[in-house]
Amino acid sequence: MTGSPDPRADRPRPAPGLFAKARVFVRDVCTTRLDKSGFRLRLLGLAFLCVYGLIDGKLIKLGLSKEAPAGLKAAASDAVSGARPELLDRNGGVLAQDIKTMSVFAEPRRLIDKDEAVELLTAVLPDVDATDLRKRLGSRKGFVWVKRGVTDKQQQEVFRLGLPGVGFLPENKRIYPNGPVGAHVLGFTNTDNQGIAGIEKWVDNQGLGDLKGAGFDVTPQDLKPISLSLDTKATFAVRDELLKGMARFHPQAASGAIMDVNTGEMIAYVSLPDYDPNNPVDALKPDHINRLNVGTYEMGSTFKAISIAMALELNKVTLKSTVDTTGNLRYGRATIHDYEKINRPQTIPEVFIHSSNIGTAKMVMMVGVDGHKTFLRKMGELTRLQTELPETASPQIPPHWGVLNSMTIAFGQGLNVTPLQAIMAVGALANGGYLITPTFLKRDGDARDEAKRVVRPEVSEDLRYLMRLNATLGSAKKANVPGYFAGGKTGTADKLINGHYAKNRVNTTFMSVVPADHPKYLFFVMMEDPQAAEGTYGFHTAAWNSGDVCGKIMERVAPLLNLPPNLNLPTDPFPAVAKLGIGMDTVLR
Amino acid sequence: MISRAERSVFADWWWTVDRWLLAAIGLLVVLGIVLTMAGSPPVAERLGLSTFYFVHHQVMFLVPSLCLLLATSFLQPRDVRRAGLVVFLGGMALIGAALVFGHEVKGARRWIFGVQPSEFVKPAFVILAAWAFSEGARRRDVPGNLIALLLLPLTIVPLILQPDFGQTMLISLVWAALFFMAGLHWFWVGGIGGMGAVSVFVAYKLVPHVRDRILHFLDPSNGPGATDTFQVDTAVESFVSGGWLGKGPGEGTVKRVLPDAHTDFIFAVTGEEFGLLFCMFLAGIFAFIVLRGLLLSSRNDDPFCRFATAGLVTLFGIQSCINMSVNLHLMPAKGMTLPFISYGGSSMISLALAMGFLVAVTRKRPRAAVIDPVPYRRGEEPDGALGAGAP
Repeated sequence: MTGSPDPRADRPRPAPGLFAKARVFVRDVCTTRLDKSGFRLRLLGLAFLCVYGLIDGKLIKLGLSKEAPAGLKAAASDAVSGARPELLDRNGGVLAQDIKTMSVFAEPRRLIDKDEAVELLTAVLPDVDATDLRKRLGSRKGFVWVKRGVTDKQQQEVFRLGLPGVGFLPENKRIYPNGPVGAHVLGFTNTDNQGIAGIEKWVDNQGLGDLKGAGFDVTPQDLKPISLSLDTKATFAVRDELLKGMARFHPQAASGAIMDVNTGEMIAYVSLPDYDPNNPVDALKPDHINRLNVGTYEMGSTFKAISIAMALELNKVTLKSTVDTTGNLRYGRATIHDYEKINRPQTIPEVFIHSSNIGTAKMVMMVGVDGHKTFLRKMGELTRLQTELPETASPQIPPHWGVLNSMTIAFGQGLNVTPLQAIMAVGALANGGYLITPTFLKRDGDARDEAKRVVRPEVSEDLRYLMRLNATLGSAKKANVPGYFAGGKTGTADKLINGHYAKNRVNTTFMSVVPADHPKYLFFVMMEDPQAAEGTYGFHTAAWNSGDVCGKIMERVAPLLNLPPNLNLPTDPFPAVAKLGIGMDTVLR
Repeated sequence: MISRAERSVFADWWWTVDRWLLAAIGLLVVLGIVLTMAGSPPVAERLGLSTFYFVHHQVMFLVPSLCLLLATSFLQPRDVRRAGLVVFLGGMALIGAALVFGHEVKGARRWIFGVQPSEFVKPAFVILAAWAFSEGARRRDVPGNLIALLLLPLTIVPLILQPDFGQTMLISLVWAALFFMAGLHWFWVGGIGGMGAVSVFVAYKLVPHVRDRILHFLDPSNGPGATDTFQVDTAVESFVSGGWLGKGPGEGTVKRVLPDAHTDFIFAVTGEEFGLLFCMFLAGIFAFIVLRGLLLSSRNDDPFCRFATAGLVTLFGIQSCINMSVNLHLMPAKGMTLPFISYGGSSMISLALAMGFLVAVTRKRPRAAVIDPVPYRRGEEPDGALGAGAP
């Protein structure tokens, strides 16, 4: 711009109209005016005055508020362990509860002589590490724990030391009166009484942690006890029998469970070796994992029940159909053998009680790979099983699932699932065809109404018939405990070691259903690498070890579960099967 | 030495500075040291430094800062503009260097060579903006308003890149206040206000941590985890525990757990140890400086001095208001120091510079020195075509 006068000034001015007004407005809008600044400055000053007034107002409001300042208790409130609800078993017995203990703390800033304090405190509390305590007291923190959970006597002794800056706070400590019984279900808590495994962690995830985080002081009385599905007596008995079985067959590990097939409740649940939740250090040892829910295994012949149920459900076979098991089954470079070789066509019941690999593989091939996968997915075998227990494992599924995979998975090799998944599936086959997610909480009444149907009731009856038949004539004779109309299935899977199936190393499982006509409970026992023992004639297959232990468990636990022995066998246990003209002894040729 | 008869440079200075302003600033500096003694020991102990580490450093920074303040206050307005330009260019160069070479601290690249250049840019920006506005309002041959308009994006874009939303907001607010003061048409006042609202909205929508802060302020319970409101909750708790008269110097306990007790949250420590009445007194000093500055500004005839005074006190005032409001949970958490009270070397030197400029531009000057020979003044133009009083 130059300083010359605006050329527009020479033009005749337009008459003051709308256009001119607009022009004036635009020009006003586009220029700033210094003469306004005085007024604007006063406005600015007023605005500042308002803001400072607001700040003073808030200060006055805070001064008038009556909130009492929180003292040491607030500072330590994060550290003090909160209360937890009691855990009860299905009959109201205590599985876990809080007790009040006193804990010793120190305020390092207030301690006069830290070395003297360390000396005196470790004299009274010998299990406190002196160098560690000296280090903690030397820190600049305002609050440190000396020892959590001291006895009354120790508290008195510390009190008599008369150390300034050392005090006591009441805390909650979790105790498990039954020790290791039910340990893997209960989980455990840390020193701050927070659940970090099992149902204890589940409880925290249900909102207990949020309550505490929001500053609510929770006392044990405020919290409703939580009833679990476990039966303490049954769990104790299962654990006891498994321990005896371990002493006899020397497996690396053993586990056992009892499920109510109609409600999905886990009545007993044991995985050995286990730990005492009162001393959770043990729980962290790698071989103390929860094998039923975290371990994945090839389930062996137990899977044949699923394969046969699939063929029956999809109407590929009936109980009267036959499958030729002559010779060995070749597929590509692989050959499938039978443990008990029968060179002729067998009926479906025969395939089941002779545990024919060839027969089940052929049945699965009638369905095809895709149908097989779909059915296994429907049975919950291909997805991670979510129960209340936070510790779970995903099944290990072959990445490239071909025909050969289906043929081996038919008899339980080549697909690793958690035992709990297999229990759920077999439970569904037995209870009339309802897949019920296992639960560790007590359930009121039947769960079948809401459950998803996976097989027809007739297929379920066929399977119960097959399992009963297997208990009377087949490999599951150990399950035929007198007085209980039990059915069962053995499973022996070759153990995979370093990518190869090891000779003579097996995992054995045994499942039995009681009573087979109107099933109530499913018993499960698994042993990892059991050895032949005295009286097993050198065998280490499932019937000799897992089956044996399972039979003993049934005999001992069934009466505890209100199932008295009844020597009169039911007269018409399987009406639909009877209509086909098949009885308990007429199937075998 | 300071006689009126002998016009030495110092005597000139002494008789022309605004002693009220100088006294208030001096009082703040002294209180700053006292309050740093209250707020910083727990932080120093937490960091494993000696108890009075921050107090010593604060005093060490204070000496050059006061020298800078006094030296700057001797400048004539023309030299103030030159100094502002030099500091601005230097500061922007350092911000650029920090963006490229600086290492990241807490998610932002703000530091280079141990200083935070954005602190120095603030007062220099105010001086340049005041210069541009005064020229724009006074002369037609300098596109002052356009320069003032462009100055804002030029300054804040690098700050947004750092990112430093606190400084960006501060500079934008001061700029808006200056524009408002320059007699901007209400049309634009509404427009810029709207733009500000829109930009806050955009930041809310696009920048996750801004959104989190705002949501958190509105409803502390919906944030992730319980620890997020810890800082403001603890700050409010320290005001409450202090009561009207405070617990006494060194007796505070909440300050032990209060993060940033020596910087952003020193006002809360003040509340705990010296009481709410003292806090109100402190807020009163800030208010006094701001209002005194605005009064001096409105009395000043030189447009540049008028804008510069108002801009510098606005900067100072907004910063103090934001800090105190955050401490009192009146607005969402925003990292901003309390002028002269919070610990911080860069901040201290920047404040000394700003206050030096303030004292310099508020000096009384004979009216003859104010009227520069300029080609055209508004209202005196031969034709008046663009003048204020046009048809």
